[in-house]
Amino acid sequence: MRRYRRVAFLLLAPSLLLIALFVYGFIAWTGWLSLTNQNDLFVPHVRFVGLSNYLRLFHHPRFLIDLKNTLTFSLIFIPGSLVLGLVGALLLNTGVRAEGLFRTVFLMPMALSFIVTGVAWRWLMNPTSGLNLIFDALGLGFLKSGWYTDPAVGIKAVALAAVWQLSGYTMALYLAGLRAIPQVFYEAAEVDGASPWQAFRYITLPLLTPVTLSAVIVLGHISLKIFDLVIAIAGISGGPAFSSDVPALFMFVTTFQANRFAQGAAISIVLLVLVSFLVIPYLYWSLRREVAE
Amino acid sequence: MKAGRWIAGVLLGFALAGLALAQGGKLEIFSWWTTGGEAAGLFKLFEIYKQKHPGVEIINAAVAGGAGSNAKAVLKTRMLGGDPPDSFQVHMGHELIDTWVTTGFMEPLDQLYREYGWEKVFPQGVLELLKWNGHYWSVPANIHRANVLWYNKAIFEKYGLKPPKTYEEFFSIAEKLKKDGIIPLALGDNGIWASTHLFETVLIGTLGPEGYKGLWTGRTDWRGPGVKKALETFARMLDYVNPDHAARSWDQANDLIIQGKAAMYIHGDWVNADYLAKKFSGYGWAPAPGNYGVYDALSDTFGLPKKAPHRKEAIWWLELVGSKEGQEAFNPLKGSICARTDCDPKLFNPYLQWAMQRWKTDTIVPSLAHGAAAKESWLAAINDTMSLFVTNRNVAQAQNMLAQACVDAGVCTR
Repeated sequence: MRRYRRVAFLLLAPSLLLIALFVYGFIAWTGWLSLTNQNDLFVPHVRFVGLSNYLRLFHHPRFLIDLKNTLTFSLIFIPGSLVLGLVGALLLNTGVRAEGLFRTVFLMPMALSFIVTGVAWRWLMNPTSGLNLIFDALGLGFLKSGWYTDPAVGIKAVALAAVWQLSGYTMALYLAGLRAIPQVFYEAAEVDGASPWQAFRYITLPLLTPVTLSAVIVLGHISLKIFDLVIAIAGISGGPAFSSDVPALFMFVTTFQANRFAQGAAISIVLLVLVSFLVIPYLYWSLRREVAE
Repeated sequence: MKAGRWIAGVLLGFALAGLALAQGGKLEIFSWWTTGGEAAGLFKLFEIYKQKHPGVEIINAAVAGGAGSNAKAVLKTRMLGGDPPDSFQVHMGHELIDTWVTTGFMEPLDQLYREYGWEKVFPQGVLELLKWNGHYWSVPANIHRANVLWYNKAIFEKYGLKPPKTYEEFFSIAEKLKKDGIIPLALGDNGIWASTHLFETVLIGTLGPEGYKGLWTGRTDWRGPGVKKALETFARMLDYVNPDHAARSWDQANDLIIQGKAAMYIHGDWVNADYLAKKFSGYGWAPAPGNYGVYDALSDTFGLPKKAPHRKEAIWWLELVGSKEGQEAFNPLKGSICARTDCDPKLFNPYLQWAMQRWKTDTIVPSLAHGAAAKESWLAAINDTMSLFVTNRNVAQAQNMLAQACVDAGVCTR
């Protein structure tokens, strides 16, 4: 047993070392960088400046807009993908004909990169073409919008594109979850005289909780880190008045266009903290469950 | 066994021969010229280089992306990682100086300037922008003009208009056109730099060339009445732009002029190349309002990084870029004029001939939106200000942010 452990450790060592250096090492380096005055390509005396980069960040109009946008995006994107995914899965699970085809069609957007779908949605949501023309032709002119070019819409338009892309993915998750529920539960419920709604409410939903939780984690960290979709739809300046801007985009511009490395590192660390709020409880929850099992 | 050894020997021979050939030299040129006329111009330069220096293998390390948005990030990674290209494209002025020269990454090029007498052929305004600490740091390949008013001739003839020389004239024309359902001014700022670009012409038009230049040295007060007036004028101009400006790129804004939907477009002279490429001839041009006698210039230059792996070949490249032959070959294709004042006008189209004339007589000022006037972090802060201002038109907030940006850049004290 002990010998196996040693072999196991030897086998793991290279990847442990690499992860320690290239993931945690660089996170630590970024953390240090965010506390220095390295706000130019070349700073003669790099020194510790405490939290001044963070303080500046939380007074920066662009960053405050970004945080608000992230919240708006998450509030549309996560529930939107969950609800559409669940509805799709339930419909497909009724034994519809050509299920395989529908599954593929709905899942397909996920296989594309955000840049590809972003460009397609940029064209669709261009105010003078795409969706607006379709709405006009259908006599639905009241649905017309400036989309991402309208500061009042901005990130909400981007969130729509994200929902389109990932609701198929949550559908696939839910479909797998539904298939895993043993049929006997429903048979027992039927014997007890439960209505279909009650069966859904008291059997399906509770048993889908682990799936929902995993989906929220996956969607949640996508919405915190979203970058490529925004840059493809709204461009590198994040749309008029930063209406589509997100922290990741601000981080990129700050670091690679303005050379304010310490400031950029501070944004990264804030993002990391936000994501860990999401991931750490999940890890805690799933590890505890494993132990319980 | 014997045959095998023989084959191995032959292969080794080939390999050695290949190595010897490769040692004929290499030259890696980094740029963001990947499409249309600019790529054609670059390839033309490569062609001449190969004729002059056969045996040098040229590696074209171009990274796509307008105004170098992606290329600059790649370049930064390579320079900081100690793996610079032999020479790279960089905007004349602070983009080069503050990013790479003050930080000690570049070699001075005074020797080349002496040898080829470039101090006599490049205009004084350009030499000032190329110089830092008494030395020259890069060789300009071309000059673009940023402050040009492009207009649709048919519309101007129909309404009997002349290109506006002042902002009063501009606004009276704009009002007239707007009433008739024509977009007075085209704008395509899905990259916010296009708004910064328009604003810089208003700064020039309001403060005059000296006042404008003073903004970048701290002599002109960002909190003063001039900047306030410029912001107010700019805000008023925004009343006359196409409502979907945030969805359009600079060339899509130009399409409005081509389609006859918009009457005027204040933008750089790459617009001219766009008209030619799209086979549109119904356009006229004039200096932007308030910008008569001022040449708002930007230039693509090439420099010599200290750690350039093929220094000799890179110097040959710089010689070609600064030469009359190189500039006369490159610029008609790129749609820009020579940085030199001795190029043959007959090689250029009518707009460029007009620009060459102005180049010799106008006061030269550095472009802000294109990296000449201010360093990158300062420009990024001004772009941020414009992002907000174009939408909320809050003059006080914008002026405050602009003043703060100058302080952050270490140029202003308040």
